[in-house]
Amino acid sequence: MSVFVTCQQDNHDARHRNAEMENEKMSDKVWRLPLHAIAHGRAGDKGNVSNVSVIAYDEAGYAFIEACVTEAVVMDVFSQVGATSVMRYLLPNLKAMNFVIPGVLDGGVNESRNVDRHGKNLSYLLLSRLMLDIPDNLLAQDSPYRTPEIAAQYSG
Amino acid sequence: MSKIVHIGNGAGFSGDRFDAAQALVQHLKSCDGPRYLMFEVLAERTIASAQKAKAANPEAGFSPYLDHYVTDILGDIQQAGITLVSNMGAANPEAAARRIHELAAEQGLKPFKIAVLTGDDVREYLDDDALLAAETMEGTSLAGRTICSANVYLGGRHVAAALATGADIVLVGRTTDSALVLGPLIHEFGWAEDELDKLAAGTICGHLLECGGQVSGTYFADPGFKDVPDLAHVGFPVTEVTADGSFVITKPEGTGGLISPATVTEQLLYEMHDPSRYLVPDVTADVTQMTVTQDASNRIRVAGVKGSLPPETLKITVCVEGGWLAEAEMSYCGANGLARAELAGHVVKTRMAESGCNQEIRMDVFGAYSALDGGILTDERRASLRFDDDYRLRLSLVSETRATAQKLHDELQSLYCSGPAAGGGFRGSVTEQMSSASVLMPRAAIEPHVSVRDVPAG
Repeated sequence: MSVFVTCQQDNHDARHRNAEMENEKMSDKVWRLPLHAIAHGRAGDKGNVSNVSVIAYDEAGYAFIEACVTEAVVMDVFSQVGATSVMRYLLPNLKAMNFVIPGVLDGGVNESRNVDRHGKNLSYLLLSRLMLDIPDNLLAQDSPYRTPEIAAQYSG
Repeated sequence: MSKIVHIGNGAGFSGDRFDAAQALVQHLKSCDGPRYLMFEVLAERTIASAQKAKAANPEAGFSPYLDHYVTDILGDIQQAGITLVSNMGAANPEAAARRIHELAAEQGLKPFKIAVLTGDDVREYLDDDALLAAETMEGTSLAGRTICSANVYLGGRHVAAALATGADIVLVGRTTDSALVLGPLIHEFGWAEDELDKLAAGTICGHLLECGGQVSGTYFADPGFKDVPDLAHVGFPVTEVTADGSFVITKPEGTGGLISPATVTEQLLYEMHDPSRYLVPDVTADVTQMTVTQDASNRIRVAGVKGSLPPETLKITVCVEGGWLAEAEMSYCGANGLARAELAGHVVKTRMAESGCNQEIRMDVFGAYSALDGGILTDERRASLRFDDDYRLRLSLVSETRATAQKLHDELQSLYCSGPAAGGGFRGSVTEQMSSASVLMPRAAIEPHVSVRDVPAG
């Protein structure tokens, strides 16, 4: 299941809000793309609890995902795989967030019937299924998402 | 010039590349100062399998890959004076030490001085009944289960005690993975128990190194987004640590891979929960103020790790027998492949229910829904799938009895002749499972039983 959220601009601090207003003058274009377009991450397992890091490629991207990728949004994405709660930790120094998500490993690596018993793929659940309206200036100029082949798969 | 300790990690899990240590050894030979080579090869369940192997054969129960990892490097590390630290001892560090003595003798090397750390196997001094009755961190009950293994996570100070014997090689069973780095640092710098920021930095250094290439470009590549040079020949990481606890992560010259703020940050948060409270036996580490700076190409400097008092308890992983897992797969390719795969799944589910199986059967169809979907194909996703494509049905269940697991395997296999059109490529397995849970125990119940022993040659 995909989850789509629009960013709550009010959550941005003033510095980034000003930067965005500047950028909006330059380009109003917005891309409806998965979080993967502007962030990366890795999933780890401990018992029946997964942790998924989400790391922005740059400072502006971090401000954007800190505002958009909330505990509630992540809970929506992970509800289909059994999440019982979501805890978010912020590491702005590292342009990173860490999500701790109990309940998503079908009992854990020793009990699970999932083909991926560790939930190694769960970073890509969040990166792929969380759709965002991403301002053009946050999408890298050489991003593969700008190529017609990939862009076509996310249009309409 | 102030002392720099160099530590390379040649393996990040029990099945990691066997040849990764060679470039590290060559790199370490060119460095001045104390040099260590570690191998981290012990997952939670690995030690339970090792206990079973030891029960069957008293000279087994250490890493089955020990020969692969160390045979080709023993001569070099002896000649260069590089100290080896590893948890290859698993359930039987003394037998692992004897095996290394044999390998050294076969190569005509001088005998190594090998120390082993014991006391992590708590069943040597705690009763099974007490362990089964203990409250688990997961909230599950172990009452009535059969224990396969129960090992406590020892810390860096325990590893340092083994190094203090002057050993060339230290073999341990269960310690925290990061203790394989923190131990040498405590030994070299004499960090005291109250030097918490340094202990925390050494712990995080170990955490970054413990998964081998995962900090230097493996498990990172996403072509077009995160490209990694020469992923086929990634250089495993080496750290350079100074007495104040600040450190650099780098890799041998001429190897593939990548060390960048992004690779370091991904590995930092790997298997971490609260980044302000990363608990190990020696310290509670806080990385929320940590900084990573690129010093040069493939050289990242880490600073700003903070420490506070360690937990008052130590963590024991108890592994118990856990039933049987059945996994079975069959492919349905081409026109209407998904419908044929789903029909096959429903046929098996029907026949399993009729045979009295009340275990829930997990159904996935690769190509349509699998690891990310919790066994559910949503309408939204179904609408996006192609009518003509390759689909592979997978069914799985966990059962207390082998017979039920075998039945699922056999029912899907029977669809070679008795299912929907053109099912092919059946693969299936039935494997015995182990469950595990964590139990916290006061240090006083553990630490008096931890000891270091020399294992002399021949």
